[in-house]
Amino acid sequence: MSAADTASPPRRRPTSPRSGRGGGLGRLGAARELGVLLALAALVAVTAASNSRFLSAQSIQDVLLSAAILVVLAVGQTLVIVTRNIDLSVGSVLGLAAFGTGELLSSAPGTPIPLALLFGLGLGALCGVVNGALIAAARVPALVITLGTLYVFRGVDHSWAAGEQINAADMPRGFLDFGTATLLGVPVLALLAVAVLAVVATYLRSYRGGRELYAIGSEPTAARLSGIPVGRRVFGAFVVSGALAGLAGVLHAARFGTVDATVGTGIELQVVAAAVVGGVAIFGGSGSAYGAALGALLLTTIGSSLAVLRVDPFWQQAVVGGLILAAIGLDRLLAARVAGRPGRRRVLHGA
Amino acid sequence: MSPQSRPTPVPFRTGAAVLALAALLATAACSGTTRGDDEEGGGGDRATAEADPDAPLAEGLAVAFLPKQVNNPYFTVADAGGATAVEEFAGEYKEVGPSEASASSQVSYVNTLSQQGTDVIVTAANDPNAVCGALNGARSAGASVVTFDSDASPECRDLFVNQATAEGIAEIQVQLIAEQIGGAGQIAILSATPNATNQNTWIGLMEEELAKPEYADIELVTVAYGNDEDEKSFQETQGLLRSYPDLAGIVSPTTVGLAAAARYLSGSEYRGEVALTGLGTPNQMREFVADGTVESFALWDPADLGYLAAYAGAALASGQITGSEGETFTAGELGEYEVGADGVVVLGPPTVFDAGNIDEFDF
Amino acid sequence: MVRDTLYARSQDAPADRGTARTNRLAALVRWETAVVLALLLVVVGASLGVDGFADGRNAEFLLLDAVAVLLIALPVTLVVITGEIDLSVASTLGLCSAVMGQLWLSGWPLELIVVAAIALGAVLGAVNGLFVTGFGLPSLAVTIGTLAAYRGLAFVVLGDQAVADFPTDWTRAAADTVAGGALPWAMVIALVLAVGFGVTLHLTPFGRQLYAIGNNAQAAAFTGIPVARAKFWLFVASGAVAGLAGVYWTLRYASARADNGEGLELSVVAAVLLGGVSIFGGRGTLLGVLAGVLLLATLRNALQLADVRADTLDIVTGVLLIASVVVPNVVALARARRRRGRPT
Repeated sequence: MSAADTASPPRRRPTSPRSGRGGGLGRLGAARELGVLLALAALVAVTAASNSRFLSAQSIQDVLLSAAILVVLAVGQTLVIVTRNIDLSVGSVLGLAAFGTGELLSSAPGTPIPLALLFGLGLGALCGVVNGALIAAARVPALVITLGTLYVFRGVDHSWAAGEQINAADMPRGFLDFGTATLLGVPVLALLAVAVLAVVATYLRSYRGGRELYAIGSEPTAARLSGIPVGRRVFGAFVVSGALAGLAGVLHAARFGTVDATVGTGIELQVVAAAVVGGVAIFGGSGSAYGAALGALLLTTIGSSLAVLRVDPFWQQAVVGGLILAAIGLDRLLAARVAGRPGRRRVLHGA
Repeated sequence: MSPQSRPTPVPFRTGAAVLALAALLATAACSGTTRGDDEEGGGGDRATAEADPDAPLAEGLAVAFLPKQVNNPYFTVADAGGATAVEEFAGEYKEVGPSEASASSQVSYVNTLSQQGTDVIVTAANDPNAVCGALNGARSAGASVVTFDSDASPECRDLFVNQATAEGIAEIQVQLIAEQIGGAGQIAILSATPNATNQNTWIGLMEEELAKPEYADIELVTVAYGNDEDEKSFQETQGLLRSYPDLAGIVSPTTVGLAAAARYLSGSEYRGEVALTGLGTPNQMREFVADGTVESFALWDPADLGYLAAYAGAALASGQITGSEGETFTAGELGEYEVGADGVVVLGPPTVFDAGNIDEFDF
Repeated sequence: MVRDTLYARSQDAPADRGTARTNRLAALVRWETAVVLALLLVVVGASLGVDGFADGRNAEFLLLDAVAVLLIALPVTLVVITGEIDLSVASTLGLCSAVMGQLWLSGWPLELIVVAAIALGAVLGAVNGLFVTGFGLPSLAVTIGTLAAYRGLAFVVLGDQAVADFPTDWTRAAADTVAGGALPWAMVIALVLAVGFGVTLHLTPFGRQLYAIGNNAQAAAFTGIPVARAKFWLFVASGAVAGLAGVYWTLRYASARADNGEGLELSVVAAVLLGGVSIFGGRGTLLGVLAGVLLLATLRNALQLADVRADTLDIVTGVLLIASVVVPNVVALARARRRRGRPT
């Protein structure tokens, strides 16, 4: 995306997310998502071949339900990674929001569900404001800030919970039912995740602000020179990422019905993996929310498949790590091929 | 000990380089120290003083609880029981500990406590050996060391307060599942991690129990591992139900696994079809007993466990007991306890919770 | 090497670059002085205000706890100075520890296992280095990937069982002190290594090249500095030292486990940045990092003795990490703004 493109853009731009990086990369992105889809199909086929119940309605429902939380997180992460940043604090934000919502619902059982969702969303957004303000105002790498807030938010969560656990019996029945409810056979949580995905994907694809996020990630300096409010956009991306992590916290509370201060520990690795596997380039500027969601679905399905195939669960983390490496390696390889030059472009880490 | 044979781990792929190095060094190291060379006992300095059963409990004892991790609900309840006991014998109570349950993280806390001149350290060890050196250091600095819930190596503590005998825990769970599935059918176990010592001891004993003639019609098909994580336990429960369509029941001897499995079953088509029992806390399970997902389950009262451990520590520090087999002491309102072999004190048989009594408990 | 020296010098040649560096050096000295002063302040304050702090035994405990972080911080300092980062160090430690346990179970002699663990660390570091320099991938992404992968492999190797029957004379040696005093032998070894890394960084042409790479990798490459090769070997060093830290960890806690050192990368990165190394590369000294490591360890020890809860300790570590990057950057931004605002 050139500087002139964004100087006086129309309200809506009917371009594809990756068009800014040339048709080659646009096709590449689609191919990348297709690849994840194929991997997913292969995985399901192999698992189903060994156990046909893997394709039962209940089983598919279970996978969708499991994936919902990771999809919401991965979509939020996409907004941040696209700007060449990273948010490692999402696991702690999720934990904080899950506990906060649990606390709210156990002390005020009459709270309507939409209000509980908004509460978690708000709590997460607050954490996102902290991240975003530090990163955008002080111009320091997101990696360091969110690594720090990962511990700070978790510490706050621990102090708040003080060893307390909120159990299913403490939360209103309606909220718990919401966690397992289905609409026409599809879990409500999954529908919610799809709604979030659709909104974010549309924003990234068709709105000026979304396009600018890609511009920032491709060339931060050029973006700044062309008049894009880089600080404000990056700040916004972190607030939304935080808010979505907060929403995921509420979904977690509804789904599992048990919340303590350790909820969501370590999930940030899976989130980053989901986004990267789904084709969101870690060095910013390309990738789509759909890809990240597919990545999340793939990772969840791997977890379910390992369980159905009765594989030692210890393999799962190694697989996640391997997938991250494979995905970034593959991206680099494809990008180099499309660009028609050797993959030696130097890429700065961090912001 | 693990009932399921895991694939033999490949130590590392990058073996080639290391192997070359190994070959180079093999000659140099042929006289090296290998496993089994060293048979020297760890040797803690056991208290040599005589026990005086009539000694009164000392006042003002500094008692510190060091759980596997602070902020763990189970230990919060257990430590609160300890606090009650310490208040009764007019000591000073405090709870310290790491925020993550790793093997090494407790060591610096033990060191800190010994540095502070704590009289009694009550701890649940994350790793039986990692804390050993530090605990012995604290003992030689004058502290009495009681472990509870998870023991450290016997040579580095004075007493271990066991929640129930492993046999008792295994028996009650087999009995509960047998009742719930009508004495016949396939069952599976949903455990924590494949190498969790407690879990594997219980699973081993459950297998022995199932071999008895009265359980001849029950078949244990597999053991699944939910790693004590909600999501993984969910997925493993689902995996069990897919892999074994005729499954009649699941036993989960871990509170995380039981709660997750119950939550899954209660919202699935299997509710009421597949029986579920194991070890869980009444607060976590209340909902699922009420909605019929779980008929009954078992556990000990963690508050009682902490309470007993605190009294045991006070008895040690006051010289009533030294930790030798056959000594007795009084643990407040729980009554009299006797020290068994290897310095182990057993709290008592586990309590079974069902719809009839669950509302009498709050933990 | 002679050629390298020449290029390193030519890198310094432009006048404006030279003055910029002098300014930076001055700012740096101030930051390091601040860290050392903070360290002294904590030591004095804790000695007066916290019971049991000023005591030989406590000093021994404190230093033993600091060894692993200090060891790993040494090579990571050099890595960060070149503008890269290694987040996989704690997982490397864990994997080396797990492999140690597995090799011990299969009857290898311990001397050989120690060597193998360090070699394995080097190989794991080389994998990072290969991804970063060979494929041109960002080290942040690579080492987040290997952070997950190495830790996962550690669990694949050893599960969550512990191998604990290491010979007691070895495990005792890991916590042994010089002449029965407060200074652990392990700390002596770490300090000797620190001197080695310090000399390499500050007194050799190679060290100067690292700063040049961190300041501007492209310019450094144009002046003929073998950027990729230098980075590759730093990652290897980082892995090897993490392997050594794994050996220390395993013996000190007498327990080989896959989860050993989990989360340690935060302490390492925090200590390095607190010590005045710039996350953007090109700036920092080893002495500052040494002070940073000791400041964090002392603060933790003193707060723990003062019965501050673990949650608060985590918050303090996180805040220090954030402050150590935000404060210098905000100061620099403010100064730049003031300078720009001044009429010339």
